[in-house]
Amino acid sequence: MLSRTAKIPLVSSHPEVYEPCDDSFALVDALLADRTNLLQHHPSICMEIGCGSGYVITSLAVMLGHEGSIPYYIATDINPHAIRVTRETMDAHGVYAELVNTDITSGLEKRLAGSVDVLVVNPPYVPTPEEEVGCEGIVSAWAGGENGRSVIDRILPAADNLLSDRGWLYMVTLTANNPSEICLEMRNKGYASRIVLQRSTEEESLHIIKFWRDSDCQLELKNLNYWTKLVRS
Amino acid sequence: MRLLTHNMLSSNIKGVANRFPLKIEVVKVVEKEVDFNIDFLKNMFHKVEWKALAEASRTMGYTELPETADATMLDSDDFLHKFHHALLELHLEEGALVCPETGRKFPVNKGIPNMLLHEDEV
Repeated sequence: MLSRTAKIPLVSSHPEVYEPCDDSFALVDALLADRTNLLQHHPSICMEIGCGSGYVITSLAVMLGHEGSIPYYIATDINPHAIRVTRETMDAHGVYAELVNTDITSGLEKRLAGSVDVLVVNPPYVPTPEEEVGCEGIVSAWAGGENGRSVIDRILPAADNLLSDRGWLYMVTLTANNPSEICLEMRNKGYASRIVLQRSTEEESLHIIKFWRDSDCQLELKNLNYWTKLVRS
Repeated sequence: MRLLTHNMLSSNIKGVANRFPLKIEVVKVVEKEVDFNIDFLKNMFHKVEWKALAEASRTMGYTELPETADATMLDSDDFLHKFHHALLELHLEEGALVCPETGRKFPVNKGIPNMLLHEDEV
């Protein structure tokens, strides 16, 4: 049987790049669990924010790549070592993504707005002192500031801007990130959500959440705005 | 870096009004063959800023793209193959992307654009 994820021995590494770990495996398992839907979705543009070792975007390309039309894959990371390691990991699996060394989606938000059909994010979600956020090298892979939300709270509006009308976002969260609050915030932007996978390890409890634009949410939002306006006027 | 990605990138420097398209400085271009996919091209045609693509491909040494294009041209096999080549097969391997307003260069090394900003540009 063809492998449906990236193979760990083929994943490249560097001392300053986060290696595939429980959170990476949970995200890939969630994508695998949703693979049939992803194949039927026929995404044109798939993107990963913070590609690290490249394990996740490579796995996505491997699991979607053999059937039908191949989408345009694009991945970003703030860490230049991560970008190089991702390139090596993808080459080793015979898949390709365009890679951009940038902070979240900086430089892409204007022209790629409303275009991304599948967005995957394993953000730096670990609660840390605020000054560790955005540090160079491997620290950028986990340092999430207060409640681990500093970078997540910058990613969510970026995701909302990039996702197409039929776009899906898969994101890793930790219980400390307050995932229900994240879902509520996304609901206020018109997104429905569901937990694709929940996994508790010795150290942490992870949720992989899928978000998609939902007309009911948007209708609700419109009504809410309407009533708010009415009450104010 | 494919020209599709060039077409999706803008200068991200704070306070800049004229962000797109980034000019291309070529040091090395490589060509990599990609499977031809009509549906993908038709889909992308509507996302691509044609003038920027045509000019970028000329800078990269490919002069076959017309100055302007409209959706009726997607019926032409010849047009689709040229569009495919310019969009997906030409890679800027070494060079730079240049902010159209400030002239600030974003280096491209081993096909990877570096859009990281200095502290005073954020």
